[in-house]
Amino acid sequence: MRNDERGKNDGRGSHYGYGNKISFQRVVQLLSAAVINGYAIGFAKGKIFTGKSKAFCVPVLNCYSCPGALGACPIGALQAALGGGRFPFYVLGSLMLFGIVLGRLVCGMLCPFGLVQDLLYKIPVPKWNVPKKFDEPARYVKYVVLFVFVIVLPLFAVSENGISIPYFCKYVCPAGTLGGGLPLVAANPRLRELIGILFDWKVAVLVLILVSSMFVSRPFCRYLCPLGAFYSVFNRFSFYRMKLDEHECIGCGRCERACPMDVEVTKDINGPECIRCGKCKAVCPTKAISSEFCKQSNLVQPARGEK
Amino acid sequence: MTFFRLKAVRLAVLAVSLLFIGIGLARQEHLDVMQKAVRICLECVGIG
Repeated sequence: MRNDERGKNDGRGSHYGYGNKISFQRVVQLLSAAVINGYAIGFAKGKIFTGKSKAFCVPVLNCYSCPGALGACPIGALQAALGGGRFPFYVLGSLMLFGIVLGRLVCGMLCPFGLVQDLLYKIPVPKWNVPKKFDEPARYVKYVVLFVFVIVLPLFAVSENGISIPYFCKYVCPAGTLGGGLPLVAANPRLRELIGILFDWKVAVLVLILVSSMFVSRPFCRYLCPLGAFYSVFNRFSFYRMKLDEHECIGCGRCERACPMDVEVTKDINGPECIRCGKCKAVCPTKAISSEFCKQSNLVQPARGEK
Repeated sequence: MTFFRLKAVRLAVLAVSLLFIGIGLARQEHLDVMQKAVRICLECVGIG
């Protein structure tokens, strides 16, 4: 697809916010962001929520230092647990539960930072198709981020005092800067006095990702998000999955043009890069694409009498 | 992937995840999560 075609007539249709309709996906994303960051008064006071719900991990990348956050960030909690030298049963179990039930539906429907990227991509600037020779290897960077910044460094890179730091949160996470850093610094003069080079670095990372989001669809989800990397492992096995009826498919390619993650929908609909946003389903002219929960209707089933 | 293999993997992962959560709750790891989450993480916001 030429760069000038994408965003103008990319097959996404009015179901996804073009024209006057707000899509189901957008409604769910907005509700999710509002619920996960429901402590609205925190933004005004410049304080974070300290209630008991913070014992629970939310399924999305949402900084627990965001003034509105009602739950704990699973990636932050994972780093803290690993840094404490204990096997993170609770956090890992929570992540596995979200993963096996939903897969990357979390990314496509629930993640507030995914919503931010989607909204920025709607800004009418020329869109870039990242060449496959760069895009495909770059998709593996998020697994490196997960392994190095979230797991290895918190486990092994401890200070002389035995204190480990959340390396992904400290040096990379744009959601923490956007949801936590900027609102807290804006509302707290004392925190403003403490700003230094680290804050400048994190803002620069955030700005780079936000600007990229105007030109490339979901760049953070594609290349950097460790939580997306974790959930991607579960996409092929999760209870929620996408389904392609090959008899109904006419090979028009609308699904692939609409996909924000450039998934080859007709070849690998439940691949690790699919964020289950449902855009392919919405644009399919023959309704060949659907989603299902707890079923495996497109798999080889044993014939009667066989095991 | 065959029908039974998918079903087996799903159920196994689900069982392990619930087991892990149960062990974590028994070890009160959820309280550790809360202790971390109710304090401003200076590293997370780009200050510490």
